[in-house]
Amino acid sequence: MSAFGLFTQILQLLLSLLLAPFFLGWLNQCRAWLQNRQGAGIEQPYRKLGKLFHKDAVIAESASPLFRMVPYVLFGAMCLAASIVPSLATDLSFSKAADAIALAGIFALARIAISLAAMDIGTAFGGMGARREMLVGFLAEPALLMVLFTASLISRSTSLTVIVETLAHRHFEIYPSMAFAGIAFLMVLLAENARLPVDNPASHLELTMIHEAMILEYSARHLALIEWASSIKLFAYVTIGIALFVPWGIAQAADWLGMAFALPILIAKLLVAGAGLALIETLVAKQRIFRAPEFMGTAFLFGVLGMLVHFLLGA
Amino acid sequence: MDFQGSVKTDCIAPIWTVEAEGEDWINIAGSCREQGGRLVSIWGSEAGEGFFVQAAYVFPEGMLIARHPAVEGQYASLSDLFPCAGRMQRAVYDMLGIDHGGADKRPWLSHGMGPSFPLRKNPLPDQVLSEKDYPFVAVEGEGVHEVAVGPVHAGIIEPGHFRFQVVGEKVLRLEERLGYKHKGIEKQFEGMTVQEGAGLAGRISGDSTVAYSWTYAMAVESVCGVKPPERASFLRGLFLERERIANHLADLGALGNDAGFAFGLSQFSSLREDILRLNKQIFGHRLLMDLVVPGGVSRDLDMDAKRRIFEECEIMERRVRDLREIYMDHTGLQDRFLTTGRIAPELAAKLGLAGLAGRASRNAVDLRVDHPYSPYDRLEVVMATHHGGDVAARVSVRFDEIAESLRLTGLMLENLPEGQISCELPRMSGCGAGWVEGFRGEIVVFLEIEKGRVRRAHAHDPSWQNWPALEFAVIGNIVPDFPLINKSFNLSYSGHDL
Repeated sequence: MSAFGLFTQILQLLLSLLLAPFFLGWLNQCRAWLQNRQGAGIEQPYRKLGKLFHKDAVIAESASPLFRMVPYVLFGAMCLAASIVPSLATDLSFSKAADAIALAGIFALARIAISLAAMDIGTAFGGMGARREMLVGFLAEPALLMVLFTASLISRSTSLTVIVETLAHRHFEIYPSMAFAGIAFLMVLLAENARLPVDNPASHLELTMIHEAMILEYSARHLALIEWASSIKLFAYVTIGIALFVPWGIAQAADWLGMAFALPILIAKLLVAGAGLALIETLVAKQRIFRAPEFMGTAFLFGVLGMLVHFLLGA
Repeated sequence: MDFQGSVKTDCIAPIWTVEAEGEDWINIAGSCREQGGRLVSIWGSEAGEGFFVQAAYVFPEGMLIARHPAVEGQYASLSDLFPCAGRMQRAVYDMLGIDHGGADKRPWLSHGMGPSFPLRKNPLPDQVLSEKDYPFVAVEGEGVHEVAVGPVHAGIIEPGHFRFQVVGEKVLRLEERLGYKHKGIEKQFEGMTVQEGAGLAGRISGDSTVAYSWTYAMAVESVCGVKPPERASFLRGLFLERERIANHLADLGALGNDAGFAFGLSQFSSLREDILRLNKQIFGHRLLMDLVVPGGVSRDLDMDAKRRIFEECEIMERRVRDLREIYMDHTGLQDRFLTTGRIAPELAAKLGLAGLAGRASRNAVDLRVDHPYSPYDRLEVVMATHHGGDVAARVSVRFDEIAESLRLTGLMLENLPEGQISCELPRMSGCGAGWVEGFRGEIVVFLEIEKGRVRRAHAHDPSWQNWPALEFAVIGNIVPDFPLINKSFNLSYSGHDL
């Protein structure tokens, strides 16, 4: 374990924790602008977290210890995910701990934890949210794996850092398979992060919610951790997208100069990604819940197509 | 409609009253059903030594109000002939304790939070009900479970409880429980002067304040036997159409938002805000509250204001047309709207679906067209109808009605007669009624006045007809579509719970 590796690892984790609410704030701000609204400002998610951490938690009488534990499990899982995705540099100490398949597993763990917590309380909405979350998840995960596999086939490794090094730092090549994988990944990103058209993060209608329905009973620090974890998840997904599809600018091992450039480049990419996501979310309406399997099925199909193209063209 | 002893009231709308003793009560209802008429409202009152129950029907010729003595506090139920009668009869029991012959004896408006039978001269002491006193109908079967929503919701909306019986995401049955907004409006009316009553009438349901105050004013004027000046009628029409436009705009925006299309909400909200701000500038109140008063209106219009409304209408027309194109061309939105929450025209006719929702299910009823009175008798209103009966149809009818209301606004401004805007009302006693097409549908106010003071007032909102219909509209739909369907009806809680 190199000193540089440890340094980049810690720096990247801290940056992920700090930048995740920023990205969400930027996304919401772009949405507001696109709807001709002023918006609450980029710093709004930070304000919300601050507010929630200062409140006293109210916990349902029927809650078991599981209900209290889940926010921490969720937050921990998302921190781990953000640690192993190379967003600043490819030399990460934790990267050997988990590869692309394990990454999908971490997301699955978080999903199961929050679904159990949702059902733990025994309200109708919790059960409804958990059920819908599983409906989306059981198709989103394989689609995500297909995308990661396509990239793994190119670099002949399931390690995320190796994938990024291959894509970013070897001689430039155009991979048609990655185009299909890119479409699939975008769809998975929207579905997994409770964004439109699968879920509506701004909805106040409890009957239509997926993610929000599961966390209706949470308050104060628990809710803050969950909200924070959700923004880290979104951030992790976007940085996976950046690492796989536009990896240029991510620093290599022991590249101090590269590190200095990596952060501004990352922020620039995040700004573009946030604006793009906001545009998509402004243009589409929310689909009926039973369109979600169709939507995820399409994503899966694109993922498989990407792999097929790779085998056909050898690239 | 030809009943012995029916008397035409002095109302500018065609309203008759008749005393219906004995079998006449049920015979009138039967003949109304036969002639394709509809039941509008049922209410009760205590007069002299006994109780009376009254029902308002609409025949092709106009409205007939039948008054029936409830002998020994009982009368025959009309719910077999008109399904919408059931809840109104339960409400009559809650208010007065006169018994309908119907099977469903559960309370409706009463939640046991105040005196029993408050509209009696001597109300009974507080009666405490628990939730156990209100059994919901449950559906049995494998995988069927119950989802209870409200009365407190995640968003800022009015309170109502919805009990779904679902299997998976599919709704097998919905049962509503309302009455959470009951605030004793009809009791408050008692003993008010005619002018005080006008203020209260305008606050029955804030979004329909013009419609309610006009209906109330019409009822007062029919008691006094006066007709408001022509200029006042036109201004009332102008206010009502502005209220209709503002509400339809709000609904269209909210419908987009409920389908996850927030762009629609912000666009329509800004249009609505333009209307409300101009209202405030010209008439002094954003929602036009207290502008319609018995005898006329309280604010006049000058040339400059006229020009500004004209200009606003032109811009509005163009922008609404653009937004309509966006809504119609949006695949995702249309996918959510089409076939969702459908009430077939046959079912709509059977349930007596009223107003806008009725027109979207080919139930072509619009007071402004069927029985036009001043100013509508000179405007040739075109009724917007649709045969679809789904959310998309209700959206489409709203767009059509906005366009028509903008046209009517222009016409009324062009032909605005000169003259007084209000007239003196003599102090009279008697019974009267008003009948106005609000943005949801027909609103009726029935009034008994004694020496310038209200003895009994009853206000009817079209939501009474449409709340039960909503239960049918959601059957077979999925749970997450309910908010959208509910919004497409946009029914009043406040106007219903009174």
